[in-house]
Amino acid sequence: MTGHAPPPPAPPIGVLVELTHRCPLGCAYCSNPIALERPGVELDTQTWAGVFREAAALGALHVHLSGGEPTARRDIAALTRAAAEAGLYTNLITSGIGVSEKLWGELVEAGLDHAQLSFQGADKATNDRYGHYDGAWERKRAFASMVTKAGLPLTLNAVIHRGNLHQVGAFIELALELGARRLEVAHTQYYGWALKNRAALMPPKNEVMDAIALVEAARPRLEGRLVIDMVVPDYYARYPKPCAGGWGRVAINVSPSGKALPCHAAESIPGLEFWNVKERSLAEIWRDSPAFRAFRGTDWMREPCRSCERREIDWGGCRCQALALTGDAAATDPACHKSPHHARIEAMAASEAEAPMGAIRWRSYKETVEA
Amino acid sequence: MRRDEARGRWTLLAPERIFEVDATAAAVLELCDGERDLSAIVAELAARYDAPAGVIEKDVVKMLGDLKAKRVVET
Repeated sequence: MTGHAPPPPAPPIGVLVELTHRCPLGCAYCSNPIALERPGVELDTQTWAGVFREAAALGALHVHLSGGEPTARRDIAALTRAAAEAGLYTNLITSGIGVSEKLWGELVEAGLDHAQLSFQGADKATNDRYGHYDGAWERKRAFASMVTKAGLPLTLNAVIHRGNLHQVGAFIELALELGARRLEVAHTQYYGWALKNRAALMPPKNEVMDAIALVEAARPRLEGRLVIDMVVPDYYARYPKPCAGGWGRVAINVSPSGKALPCHAAESIPGLEFWNVKERSLAEIWRDSPAFRAFRGTDWMREPCRSCERREIDWGGCRCQALALTGDAAATDPACHKSPHHARIEAMAASEAEAPMGAIRWRSYKETVEA
Repeated sequence: MRRDEARGRWTLLAPERIFEVDATAAAVLELCDGERDLSAIVAELAARYDAPAGVIEKDVVKMLGDLKAKRVVET
């Protein structure tokens, strides 16, 4: 091919690093890929440190230290230090399980800027059930207390589904009680493991709308105390979400073994070629890797996206969802009302939400790690 | 507050948020050191820019109030 090279893309804003897929929780909506990576293939400290320096040089500002459970890495303090020394704003995304006072002290000393703590429910029974971990509630609360005592900003993250949708108000109260500055109310997105549990997790539309109204009513009341960010459940939406802020536009996700992905679920799309940070620089990957180029911008779009006035707002929605629900990764995300599949998807969600809540397939690191 | 070399600007970083900081805001934020109170910040800026303290105070209060509502600064 001899055509013009596309202009270099604007630099990414943030890099999310899945430092490990090991995790003590067993969430039914786990966002890690179906095939988890083994500890033996995880990048070592020095390689990650190089990735952080390359990310900062490329123009990234945020690094999200994630997993799995990132503190399962014995070198998590050294990794945090390396990211902070690279000049990145460091965000630890954690279950809060397994972080001792000693380790927390080391993380603060290493230059951690912010902690994001997950809760699976707003009371002990709900939390421990949906995290599939007895005793998680007390440990999470203890973690929150360490964060606020150290004076670091704390975000609570609550993934919402049929089993805890009634607790959105209680999550807000919990966030205030624990001294969080920010709360993420993130309705479950159905790909990967969550897709396996969709029938059990899908909430009814009227309850979703009530929960959204509750958050919107709380926002002005809590201004200056708590910021609430909401990810809406897109099966019931009119427009799709701009997944990852647009493919290859603002974010890079790196897997434990170093595969650079446009989003955490991108490996579910067959035929994409992912480059590894061990073999290529992050700048080269961002600019040229086939996976990042595949759906970047608007050239790949077909109708109804191509001529849509929202094409540079929604960026076609989510490619993984398009694939999962229509069999075609380049189709319009069926969350969009312009998709010919939209009515079918909404009807399917409604009928799943009406049926009795079926059995949940809990995630288990030991059972699903790739051979 | 951090320098964003790739985009040639100053930024204030918060979780999932980036606030672009212009020269005026940068002058205020660099004085927010946890030691100076509002009147000290206003006095310093009034002296530095030879401007009436009343005008400066109004601007500083508005700017910090906006950032406080977003839970980015604490008072």
